[in-house]
Amino acid sequence: MKKHELVCIVCPMGCRLDVIEEKEKYTVLGNKCPRGKDYGVKELTNPTRVVTSTVKIEGGLLNRIPVKTNGDIPKDKVFECMKLLDKIQLKAPVKAGDIVLKNIFNTGIDVVTSRSM
Amino acid sequence: MLNYNVVVIGGGPAGLAAAIEAKKNGVDNILVIERDRELGGILQQCIHNGFGLHEFKEELTGPEYAERFIVELRNMGIEYKLDTMVLDMNQNKTISAINSTDGFMNIQAKAIVLAMGCRERTRGAISIPGARPAGVFTAGTAQRFVNMEGYMVGKKVVILGSGDIGLIMARRMTLEGAQVQAVAELMPFSGGLTRNIVQCLDDYGIPLLLSHTITEIKGRDRVEGIVIAQVDEKFKPIPGTEKEFECDTLLLSVGLIPENELSVQAGVDMDRITSGPIVNEAMETNIEGVFACGNVVHVHDLVDFVTAESRRAGASAAKYVNNELKKEGTTLKTEGKNGVRYIVPQVVRPENIDKTLDLFMRVDNVYHNVEMVVKIDGKEVKRMKKRHVAPGEMESVKIKKEDLSCADGSKIEVYLEKEACLKKEVYLEKEGA
Ligand SMILES: Cc1cc2nc3c(=O)[nH]c(=O)nc-3n(C[C@H](O)[C@H](O)[C@H](O)COP(=O)(O)OP(=O)(O)OC[C@H]3O[C@@H](n4cnc5c(N)ncnc54)[C@H](O)[C@@H]3O)c2cc1C
Ligand code: SF4
Repeated sequence: MKKHELVCIVCPMGCRLDVIEEKEKYTVLGNKCPRGKDYGVKELTNPTRVVTSTVKIEGGLLNRIPVKTNGDIPKDKVFECMKLLDKIQLKAPVKAGDIVLKNIFNTGIDVVTSRSM
Repeated sequence: MLNYNVVVIGGGPAGLAAAIEAKKNGVDNILVIERDRELGGILQQCIHNGFGLHEFKEELTGPEYAERFIVELRNMGIEYKLDTMVLDMNQNKTISAINSTDGFMNIQAKAIVLAMGCRERTRGAISIPGARPAGVFTAGTAQRFVNMEGYMVGKKVVILGSGDIGLIMARRMTLEGAQVQAVAELMPFSGGLTRNIVQCLDDYGIPLLLSHTITEIKGRDRVEGIVIAQVDEKFKPIPGTEKEFECDTLLLSVGLIPENELSVQAGVDMDRITSGPIVNEAMETNIEGVFACGNVVHVHDLVDFVTAESRRAGASAAKYVNNELKKEGTTLKTEGKNGVRYIVPQVVRPENIDKTLDLFMRVDNVYHNVEMVVKIDGKEVKRMKKRHVAPGEMESVKIKKEDLSCADGSKIEVYLEKEACLKKEVYLEKEGA
């Protein structure tokens, strides 16, 4: 049996979690809601994060437009994702939610713009 | 002279929500004045997610949150002026403003909503010794450069202050390829949310040095290094604990101050602790018909709370224009005591309350296992158990209208009662530190 102490990062409450690992089975304690339980297990088995950044845009109000992954991607792919974003060049006008990169790393997650410009 | 029913100064989330709500409450002829090139305020540079959990039950980025309100404002046909700076306002609710197309304008308003937000404390405010090399930024300025203008501000970075903006910039700079050497924090605890320490520092192995401060900035033309030392209980650097970090950039995240030059000039009474106007339940200041909301009143940590508060200000401004805001009746005062640093609103007129009164407050320290008690004229009306309270997290209580029926000049007191104080650290007002 192994005990892991985590902080849930799903919402600003930041519940302190104890995740007890026993033969590939995880029990989560301290979560105030079900999302914390999912997070606790996932953080130990396959940690994921949402990535937010910017990409180049031409002809808009600004030189950069903010983008985000529309779901979590594996944590160890975050920097790779940043590299992909470096190569993107958009042209105004774009709408919030337009897809910039589809199905990155075969995760089913897209990178989308997070404002209109 | 231009004439409007309601003029909103500031087009951030506070100003947008107030204008929309005023319109929804039946007032036309509303003007929003914004000095920036677009609406949205500080949210446009906060490209990370985490906004709108209360308001939309979704995790939005700052620009997404702003866009929802900007679209609503436009669809309602509310007028706004960009690149326009309000220079002055007075007790008669005359405003002077300037831009490059209309030139200098005098604007007469029936009601004004102050929504100017806040600004960051700079190096001058915390008196770091040393020369003045390039490479020292406030975290918010760096955020604007990196996220909006597309400039990278440095390659090797040290951050002073562990508020949420500092933490978020630590991650942002790392993702953009910079090396963040450390985040130093004067207090024995971080001023930011724990989730941000986890996902912005721990994820990238960035050390958080609590009870540490900067004692020297090296370099003449550009920052070349930062000396950080540990501090004692009195926040004095401990000799011999100095460590030098080689870097080209220093980001400061050392607190925000409400932006109230206009309010003070116009004679709005200010609260010494919040550095914002003293307001009543309608978010009205001591000048009749002048309302305030958002970070100009007190610094909020969640934009959702800003929106809720600003709706109240907008609805009240509409009531005022329609002569529906009641002045008669009793007036109560609120007072934070024993661990509660301040309460907004400071003045309450029960006559104007529908069902419940919401009080917002901050505590002065980190406390565990306490009870928050509300007393009106010495009579206890509410008691709540709190497992954990901290200065970085705003607290709120709801009080029923029935409980407010008492004499003029009565006091609503909120304080903490310590059940078992497991951990008490010195918390010095950030302003003084
Ligand atoms: C850097 C930073 C990061 C943040 N991160 C988060 C976060 O992750 N999650 C979250 O929920 N909240 C966050 N917040 C808090 C949230 O964004 C703010 O609470 C919210 O933006 C406050 O809204 P506001 O309208 O009061 O102020 P602002 O957004 O600052 O808007 C005020 C507006 O008034 C304008 N103005 C000021 N003076 C004048 C004048 N004289 N004439 C004309 N216009 C004027 C300004 O240009 C500005 O656009 C953050 C705040 C900051 C400062
Ligand atoms: S467990 Fe639920 S309430 Fe607690 S931090 Fe996680 S998401 Fe938020």
